[in-house]
Amino acid sequence: MLEIKDLHASAGDKEILTGISLTIGKGEVHAIMGPNGSGKSTLAQVLAGHPAYEVTAGQVRFEGEDLLDMQPEQRAQAGLFLAFQYPVEIPGVTNAYFLRAAYNELRKARGLEEVDPIDFLDVLEEKLKTVEWGPDIMSRAVNAGFSGGEKKRNEILQLAVLEPKLAILDETDSGLDIDALRIVAAGVNKLRSPDRSFLVVTHYQRLLNYIVPDVVHVLVNGRIAKSGGKELALELEARGYDWVDEAAGVA
Amino acid sequence: MSSSVETLVNREYRYGFVTDIESDVAPKGLNEDVIRLISAKKKEPAFMLEWRLKAYRGWLKMSEPHWPNVVYPPIDYQNISYYAAPKTTKPLGSLDEVDPKLLETYEKLGIPLSEQKILAGVAVDAIFDSISVGTTYKKKLAEVGIIFCSFGEAVQEHPELVEKYLGSVVPPSDNFFAALNSAVFSDGSFVYVPKGVKCPVELSTYFRINTADTGQFERTLIIADEGASVSYLEGCTAPKRDTNQLHAAVVELIALDSAAIKYSTVQNWYAGDAEGRGGIFNFVTKRGKAFRKAKISWTQVETGSAITWKYPSVILQGDDSVGEFYSVAVVNGRQQADTGTKMIHMGKNTRSTIVSKGISAGRGNNSYRGLVKVLPKAEGARNYTQCDSMLIGPGCGANTFPYIDVQNPSASVEHEASTSKIGEDQIFYCKQRGLNTENAISMIVNGFCKEVFQELPMEFAVEAQKLLGVSLEGSVG
Repeated sequence: MLEIKDLHASAGDKEILTGISLTIGKGEVHAIMGPNGSGKSTLAQVLAGHPAYEVTAGQVRFEGEDLLDMQPEQRAQAGLFLAFQYPVEIPGVTNAYFLRAAYNELRKARGLEEVDPIDFLDVLEEKLKTVEWGPDIMSRAVNAGFSGGEKKRNEILQLAVLEPKLAILDETDSGLDIDALRIVAAGVNKLRSPDRSFLVVTHYQRLLNYIVPDVVHVLVNGRIAKSGGKELALELEARGYDWVDEAAGVA
Repeated sequence: MSSSVETLVNREYRYGFVTDIESDVAPKGLNEDVIRLISAKKKEPAFMLEWRLKAYRGWLKMSEPHWPNVVYPPIDYQNISYYAAPKTTKPLGSLDEVDPKLLETYEKLGIPLSEQKILAGVAVDAIFDSISVGTTYKKKLAEVGIIFCSFGEAVQEHPELVEKYLGSVVPPSDNFFAALNSAVFSDGSFVYVPKGVKCPVELSTYFRINTADTGQFERTLIIADEGASVSYLEGCTAPKRDTNQLHAAVVELIALDSAAIKYSTVQNWYAGDAEGRGGIFNFVTKRGKAFRKAKISWTQVETGSAITWKYPSVILQGDDSVGEFYSVAVVNGRQQADTGTKMIHMGKNTRSTIVSKGISAGRGNNSYRGLVKVLPKAEGARNYTQCDSMLIGPGCGANTFPYIDVQNPSASVEHEASTSKIGEDQIFYCKQRGLNTENAISMIVNGFCKEVFQELPMEFAVEAQKLLGVSLEGSVG
């Protein structure tokens, strides 16, 4: 599904990713953990193609295609989805309009017909259940005036509607209270399937109690210092990140 | 805002063609003889000539205003021709007699004038340079007593209405450009809706400047008698030329007791090229007077012109009258706009609403200038003003100049303002969901303007959204 080889990326003069290699198979859930400033969110943004970052070396293949050669919208159309850490507000544009526009762009890219607003309501009805929402949310402007928890739920709703092949969750748990965390995690679990892979970026092990990963990677100073099974997350929770630095000799 | 916000503005202006038609053009320059010539050409009654001459003499003593936040080279008023008309024009019995070249021009602009092809539910008056080339739907409107015709025709057929109301809202002495217009205006539209009549169709005027080195000075007068209501639309385009052309129009609205006038403008005059060569100087005075329980609502979408200087205003003279101003002003390239409104509260319990959305891109400069004035007798007056600016790219500017003058302690005046930048993050968010840059910006900008667009009649709203897309094209790269 996703194959990253020796990825280096900078913001301005500062190199943030210093050689990441990582392979995610179909249907797998990988977690990326690491201390603040280790480059977790940068990795998520670089994969989605944020213009603030420059890739200076390395390769990324997504379903065999050269991901780095694609525009951000082409990556989305190819089936890559990023649930943002800080979803932006778009005043005056309703959630329904925005979601339908995105949904139709993806359909067009796949040679399918666009869906009209009435038929789209049927699509939505089912998807809203994923995040335990009623239809009212659809007439509100995208993320405008949403609470932190609502914004994150909205990201998961978009994930449910757009049905990507690879979903990257960038600190989706940050700023969530326990109830919101439960709803968001349950939504993600409903969307797990043998055809869909996840890359879950998080600072805390807490989220991984709900979304149980197949593989956990620890990112330190812009590269993967250690990888392991789900038990690695528990170890990190108990011992902190310092021991990984020392073990990897990158402190 | 780097690469992604700098290319959305530079598409070809679609209406920049010139119609090759022989014109009757007055010699350049302005003096009393030119005014007499215009009046004679229009076969006007004596009161009109007197009115024009008085305005001209007043104008000579006035000077061009320089308080707007715009910069332009001095205008040589003696180097402009003040009258141009397609030569073939004679009094027209019906639209079939209109020069086919003119009909073709309007077809090209998407304004079909032949009766059978007319847009459903819209009556159109078309002004080409200085004269009206045809008004549709006239007979149907006449059945309910509505007069909708060119200004010239109104002077001939309804001189009593013209004499009574002309200059009653914008007197010739009002300002420099209004005085100039009063002296030399050649045509425009005239509407009278009788007592209690709700106009069954949208009325529309389409203004087109064609001839080079002429000014366009049209005058629109709309009177809604007691309890009447009317919705009026105005659209404007001009050919691409590398010299500036002056457009100094005056619009007067009179809403008598319990009447309602809704006036919508989509202004897309040629804006000049990316370096600021050419384009229309749009110096316009628009004002309405609302009597008891009357309502006047201005909606404008201003995307064209090199310079826009206009403040559609409402004098809330009658008790319980209502004034509204909804505006979207877009500047791109080297365009400059200084636009806003004046709400003058005179009557008791008068209410006004101002919603202004300014969008600046390229190296454009956009200023909102608004006055809310509550006079001592305006017991219980209320105003709400919302003034939002959006910046696209690093080279543009936005300014807000609100003036609030309250002389009655029971008044309530609210002003809210915001400035935002279309962020790389907003665009990236949309792109991550599969939209390309152009669609992303169009969506964000249309969302920003939503409160104004929803005030426009349906078919105009669609046109305005498209126009906005075109005028911002190239502002993001």
